[in-house]
Amino acid sequence: MSQPKLVLQNVGKWFESNRESVEALSDINLEIEENELAVIVGPSGCGKSTLLNIVAGLEQASCGVVRLNGREITAPGADRGMVFQSYTLFPWLTVQQNVEFGLKIKGVHPEERARKARHYIELVGLTGFQDALPKTLSGGMKQRVAIARALANGPEMLLMDEPFGALDAQTRSIMQDLLLSVWEKERTTVLFITHDIDEAVLLADNVYVMSRRPGRIQAKIKVDISRPRDHRLTVSREFTEIKKEIMEMLWAETASV
Amino acid sequence: MSVKRTTMSSYFNGYKKLTLFTFLSILIVWCALSYSGAVKEVFLPTPGAVVKDFWQMHQEGILIPYTLASIYRVMVGWSMAVIVAVPIGMLIGTSKTAEALFEPAIDFARYLPVVAMVPLTLLYFGIGDLQKFIIIFLGTFFQLVLMISDVAANVPKDLLRAAATLGSNKWQTYRLVLMPASLPGIMDSLRITVGWAWTYLVVAELVAANSGLGYMILRAQRFLAIDRIFAGLVIIGLLGLITDYFFKWLTNLIVPWSEKVGGQ
Repeated sequence: MSQPKLVLQNVGKWFESNRESVEALSDINLEIEENELAVIVGPSGCGKSTLLNIVAGLEQASCGVVRLNGREITAPGADRGMVFQSYTLFPWLTVQQNVEFGLKIKGVHPEERARKARHYIELVGLTGFQDALPKTLSGGMKQRVAIARALANGPEMLLMDEPFGALDAQTRSIMQDLLLSVWEKERTTVLFITHDIDEAVLLADNVYVMSRRPGRIQAKIKVDISRPRDHRLTVSREFTEIKKEIMEMLWAETASV
Repeated sequence: MSVKRTTMSSYFNGYKKLTLFTFLSILIVWCALSYSGAVKEVFLPTPGAVVKDFWQMHQEGILIPYTLASIYRVMVGWSMAVIVAVPIGMLIGTSKTAEALFEPAIDFARYLPVVAMVPLTLLYFGIGDLQKFIIIFLGTFFQLVLMISDVAANVPKDLLRAAATLGSNKWQTYRLVLMPASLPGIMDSLRITVGWAWTYLVVAELVAANSGLGYMILRAQRFLAIDRIFAGLVIIGLLGLITDYFFKWLTNLIVPWSEKVGGQ
């Protein structure tokens, strides 16, 4: 068998604050396969964003190793695209220029990067908005551009930190369907963080359930539901069963607090 | 679109009307108090007297030259402050080392009263225009540095992180993200401090000046020429207003993408 795309080995993280040490992550072991859509679900404050930041290279693990394609990760890089919960489009750049940002830094030829950007803008359904400035876009549209921007860069992996968390419920489910259809076409390996169990089950090949502080991976739950999927799935029996399993796991946690 | 445009223009009409209302009210109260004799003329000149004094200043040949002399001093002194403060402010806002090096010293200096430093500036820089520039520089520089450092420090961290995950190195993030993201805040800081520069004009022309609006006001004070003091204040006020509008216009031009520009 080929090696996993992303491997986390005994990753731990603690924060030092005047003579006190707070443990945020403890002994995280994770293996994510090529083309997997992996979702980590956990209660707020379980350190799941910290975990994603470590994979992105934006934060350093206190112990343990993170490897992408066998190479150790220590700093942020273009091989791991990221979509944040907050809106991170560069407000002085148009949609097109935002999507081209990473390619321009890499020195990709202007025609080539314009072509690529157009492709990804179309993929997220924003054709016609190339020249719009971010301040004229809705929250959902901004996140579409953020996804296009991350993908246009051709990353090995896409990291998503509750990207739909700030959106209203209806826009959120539209965005989930969009992500599913984009992923069907691109098959980029995705590591997605959320506290929304529905979102986790709908999207994931595997749901990794995290426990409260210090965050640990409690269980890996395989979501054996056929693709392509969309939000209509959320009322099906198989969906509800998996959801119930995860809910009970998280509730058992909450009850003990 | 057409609906939006009419509401926008009616909004601006309403805005202009209200502004005009305020200025007219001030003028009416001024007229009422001065022409009625409710306030003696030694304390408050009539608007007519002030207008007459404008004409007299013009005939004395000082209206335009003094105004230009003051504009020149304010602009050079303030520009010196901007040229030094913007890079240092950006550094303080983004580097702990720079913060430790500069900020405590600036916090100390910014509480020093500039008026008290006039004798020193005369001693160090002589009695020419350079001393006037230095006074205006001292009045605006320290505040401006701190405002700029605040602007740079408040650029959303996720914007910088997003750039890093797109493959940009530190310098690229600085140049391509931090600097443009700071621009709207920098423009705001410039607009506010250029106003302060005008308030330091009188201090700058306090000693060893023989031209300028501040000099004129100080001399009028000696002769209790109250109408001339008012005339000087009106000119400074108008210049301030024009500068402010100029900066608002410039901000629209330079950072049209800013969320603040163009209203909601």
